[in-house]
Amino acid sequence: MKYISEYRDRTLCENLSEKIKRSHRKPINLMEVCGTHTMSIARNGIRQILPETINLISGPGCPVCVTSQYEIDQFIELANQKDVIVTTFGDLMRVPGSRSSLQKERANGADVRVVYSTLDCLAIAQKNPAKEVVFLGVGFETTAPTIAAAILAAENKNLKNFSVISAHKIVPPALVALMENAQVNVDGFICPGHVSVIIGAQAYAPIAEKYHVPCVVTGFEPADILQGLFMLVEQFENDEAKVEIAYRRTVTWEGNRRAMQILDQVFESVNAEWRGLGVIAGSGLKIRDEFSEFDALRKFALDVPYAADPPGCACGEILAGTKNPFQCQLFGKSCTPETPVGPCMVSSEGTCAAYFRYRARDIEL
Amino acid sequence: MCLAVPMKVIEIDGNRAKVEMGGTMRVVGLDIIDPLPKVGDYVIVHAGFVINIIDEAEAQTILHDFAVLFGDDDEVHF
Repeated sequence: MKYISEYRDRTLCENLSEKIKRSHRKPINLMEVCGTHTMSIARNGIRQILPETINLISGPGCPVCVTSQYEIDQFIELANQKDVIVTTFGDLMRVPGSRSSLQKERANGADVRVVYSTLDCLAIAQKNPAKEVVFLGVGFETTAPTIAAAILAAENKNLKNFSVISAHKIVPPALVALMENAQVNVDGFICPGHVSVIIGAQAYAPIAEKYHVPCVVTGFEPADILQGLFMLVEQFENDEAKVEIAYRRTVTWEGNRRAMQILDQVFESVNAEWRGLGVIAGSGLKIRDEFSEFDALRKFALDVPYAADPPGCACGEILAGTKNPFQCQLFGKSCTPETPVGPCMVSSEGTCAAYFRYRARDIEL
Repeated sequence: MCLAVPMKVIEIDGNRAKVEMGGTMRVVGLDIIDPLPKVGDYVIVHAGFVINIIDEAEAQTILHDFAVLFGDDDEVHF
């Protein structure tokens, strides 16, 4: 496969790591806000080849993890409606709500199906005209345009039995919320590669400027991440705060305009609650009125009480970067990938799952 | 979940494309990409849709820059 093996080359990565060590002097806290970065950093042992004074913090980068308990409860309630087929990406299945999970509801007879793409949902809706097919829309700007495209396709096909519950979230407002949070100490952002494919690197310019924080858009192979870290360290040492791209083979300054246009056509921004971060202004996506027939929240009157996060679970603080997984009293004890309490342990991109699986050696209790 | 993978375009039929990676074939949507990729292009696929085309020249430039930076400025050997 082109441009995978090259960016995993060991000698190249060692050279990049040396370059970082040579340019680095001041202690620095760098936060990644993408679950795939979290996993790649853990899997490739990136922490182990960096000086101890470069502290990599995992932020709110896993879309399943930042989904609020209330939203999970709504999904479960939907799965229990009569004549409803709930469709979802696989990583939501095991996330515990207040009383159950989608997986448990499926075991109890609910029709919950894991799909690879919203195109699959449309096919299910066409095959099951007597049922309502609902897609659980979770994800950031990478995913939201694909859901918007499905809604537009459903409208074109005059498909009346397809709808979406939109729990999508958008990334830049979360970065603002983190910078406004006095508990959070971030000197630079490793910006998400594939969210940035859509929104373009320019989306971070106001944040870099207002908070004087370097932002580098980074790819997912070890060399991409190391190159991004080098660029962040260089900026920090030079007291700069620019937006730069370390993933130029697919990320541009402007982003994917077609995807953004489709996203804006179908969704409008609203305030949204993030697990651990609270309500963030303008960080959610609601289906616009003209597409209300595809909005599951308007089709179904769901009666779901507001729910708090599970007791003892530190997922909220872990998502805000104020705690690492080893500082959670449940981590590795009552909370493991087999028996997850919180979403950070459930999702394959969750910070706790990454730490549990790869046991970052340099994190002290 | 935000995992997006590079795949090669094998066939294009309207706003759907057949793509391949390591022997795995998928049919994906071209609804949110403009301009459209061509057969033979490498694309980034997320949740069943092509979200961008990999710029081969840019990828080569960066690899070449690394090679120069680390003292192997003749040819990129990986």
